[in-house]
Amino acid sequence: MTRLTPTRRGFMAGTAAAAGAAALPLGAARAQAPSGVLRVIPHASLTILDPVATTGYIVRNHGYLIYDTLFAMDENLEVQPQMASGVEISDDGLTYRISLRDGLAWHDGTAVDAEDCALSLIRWGQVDGMGRRLFTYVDSCTHDGASTIVLTLNRPYGLVLQSIGKLSTNVPFMMPKRFSAKPTTERLSAEEMVGSGPFRFVADEFRPGARVVYERNPDYVPRDEPASNAAGGKVVHLEGVEWINFPDPNTQLNALATGEVDYWEQVPADLAPIVATMPGVNVENFNPLGNVGMARFNSLVGASANPGVRRAIARALNQQDLLLAAVGSMEFGQECFSVFPCGTTFANDAGSDFIREPDLEDARRILAESGYDGERFVVLATTDIPVQTNYIQVIVDTMRRIGINVDAQAMDWATVLQRRTSRAPVDEGGWNMFVTWWEGADLLDPVVQFAMSAGGDEAWIGWATDPTIEDMRTQFAEAGSMEEQLELAAKIQERFFEQNFHAVLGQFFTPTGFRDNVSGILQAPPFFWNIRKA
Amino acid sequence: MPFLIIQRLLSTIPVLLVVAVVVFLMLRVSGDPAAILAGDTATSEQIEAVRVALGLDRPVWEQFLGWIVQVLRGDLGESLFTGLPVTTLIGQRIEPTAMLALTTIVFSVLVAVPLGVLAAWRANTWVDRAVMVFAVLGFSVPVFVLGYFLMYAFSISLRWLPVQGYTSPFVDFGAFLRQIILPTLTLSCIYIALIARITRASVMEVLNEDYIRTARAKGQIERIVLFRHALKNAAVPIVTVIGLGVALLIGGVVVTESVFNIPGLGRLVVDAITRRDYPIIQGLILFFAFIYVMLNLMIDLTYAALDPRIRY
Repeated sequence: MTRLTPTRRGFMAGTAAAAGAAALPLGAARAQAPSGVLRVIPHASLTILDPVATTGYIVRNHGYLIYDTLFAMDENLEVQPQMASGVEISDDGLTYRISLRDGLAWHDGTAVDAEDCALSLIRWGQVDGMGRRLFTYVDSCTHDGASTIVLTLNRPYGLVLQSIGKLSTNVPFMMPKRFSAKPTTERLSAEEMVGSGPFRFVADEFRPGARVVYERNPDYVPRDEPASNAAGGKVVHLEGVEWINFPDPNTQLNALATGEVDYWEQVPADLAPIVATMPGVNVENFNPLGNVGMARFNSLVGASANPGVRRAIARALNQQDLLLAAVGSMEFGQECFSVFPCGTTFANDAGSDFIREPDLEDARRILAESGYDGERFVVLATTDIPVQTNYIQVIVDTMRRIGINVDAQAMDWATVLQRRTSRAPVDEGGWNMFVTWWEGADLLDPVVQFAMSAGGDEAWIGWATDPTIEDMRTQFAEAGSMEEQLELAAKIQERFFEQNFHAVLGQFFTPTGFRDNVSGILQAPPFFWNIRKA
Repeated sequence: MPFLIIQRLLSTIPVLLVVAVVVFLMLRVSGDPAAILAGDTATSEQIEAVRVALGLDRPVWEQFLGWIVQVLRGDLGESLFTGLPVTTLIGQRIEPTAMLALTTIVFSVLVAVPLGVLAAWRANTWVDRAVMVFAVLGFSVPVFVLGYFLMYAFSISLRWLPVQGYTSPFVDFGAFLRQIILPTLTLSCIYIALIARITRASVMEVLNEDYIRTARAKGQIERIVLFRHALKNAAVPIVTVIGLGVALLIGGVVVTESVFNIPGLGRLVVDAITRRDYPIIQGLILFFAFIYVMLNLMIDLTYAALDPRIRY
């Protein structure tokens, strides 16, 4: 377990020091928590409940509590059967027969049926980027009897199980057919939260923006294998899990110090050193994949449509400066010069030399050669998410230093989400760049990574268009061997760094804070099975 | 009096209509939530599908008419995110805010009125100056600073009270008391300062009146003179301030609810604004406007009860 090194202290340090008594009994002051209920501060408010309707990470985490998946990824990022007992693949690779485990039941007591699962896959396949791609290869997704799902392809596809077993948003969760048959624009309500997962959603206790309650599903039959990431036996040792939303990080800190909560999903980097000094509290990073920051360009309009301008910006950015600004310390940041998260299978060096050693002079040269004429460059500057705000400060300063006429327009993230859908020129409300980040689990390969898509209208916001990249992504998806995939991943990255549809801003980590009496936490995304609370 | 009540109730209709139009138009100018709903990886096509599904692609006047008809039927609509009726969401959140407002006002009045009377009675002495210094401080210290200070002192250092949360008094009165003390103290400070100052000024003015001199000449004990004769006649401006205080408090409760993690209306409206959840914002602002109008009516009625010279 990694304990963080104490550093600078202020008022909050005094708070933490005083919390030295945190391990002492609180008596009347301690909030009343039934033993065995894990009180959690989640990273965001849960408002939308349907995990197919949106890509929010909080909805994914909620989904993992109440739903189960046919396949799931273990901590080695390998796909393992979960609800499935096994899969038979025909010799020509065109038919997948997925059989269900015995004893699977929905929370309402009815048995899980293969038709439920087939419809769940179809619903997910209409929304998720990787799912949409999978379904271009699917002729039919149906069932054979009550326990076999049959997927028939029109041509071989190498990522069938990786798609169905994908770790992050949108996860193909299984749900009963009365819900999985619904159109994707029709979101599931609190009363419709019926899954087959290890926890049950308590609809009556749902207070959007304040509190979400899950209770242990006593009928859940876990697999025999040990839990590993999203795979393996989902053995629940808790009576339930309660998500309590806190709007204020200082109150979150104090509530963890006094034991009013047990688990703080994402401790802000500036508070982590303080949390590390609090008696009875641990801080640890359970997400080795971390998050990857991105400065996303609008490839359609204005200066950002010019690959030379994008390359000049990428050439100038210094990842270490960016990470120090964003998360305060390299303890929580890591330079990463690959479009895939460093430390994962497809991370590589191809084409990345030009961003390893930032050079402002060379960036100015590239900018001059690009034909940039001082046109206004609109940055949608988020003000309410500290990591993004800090990233943007450094990026804007760097861009100005190489001679770009930056118009940084301050706004909240909700406004960024609205504004960035505009394809208009900058003089008519359009934009050139915004900053965001993705969890590493969403960037593992060129297909799962939606930010890598370059299919114009079908691509992620920014509407990158590059048939070469799209062809290579398709080849990757159809590749028959890992060697072939590795080679293609390198070529795709090399091509991507020629185009720079976004600039990579480094990898950073958000640790979890938890009380001493909590153990058995698995790797992220936060999973709540396997956890014990003494 | 009945005429006044009917007249004031009728006057709420144009007030609420104006509020409805302004809020509706301002929200439409600020953009729509389709992109937020669709999520970070949504394509333009998916965002547009969400927009169509929510009816946000329809002309604004058409959306407005639809909403007004709905409101006239007593239906404030449904949250675009949770799908829950706005009335349900308000119902879930109103109790914590109402309880915090109630405890704050009761505590403020119980402390501030005697303090103000004391300051007036001992005008220009150290007692008066001490009360006024407290009043200035109460006005000057931001709510969140006081909140964190109290939390540090009573929750972290002394371990007497919990840091956060809310429990209904109807579920566990002890837990309710423990959790409401710090937010009440935090929020009361400014109202104690406000009410104490007004009470002091009003009572000082009345203390110079002939009937006070007469009461004293008759040998009335000073407590009776102050609280029965002086305070009662000084009550109208004090009641006005208390009434306005309640109205201001509904707005001011947002910060306190955030600092002490109380799931009240203040947080509901802030969260809704952050997400552009139109129906919640519209519904809550209409609700607040109605509360303001009703509070003003109650203040007017209280005037008449306190001062027999006032008749409607």
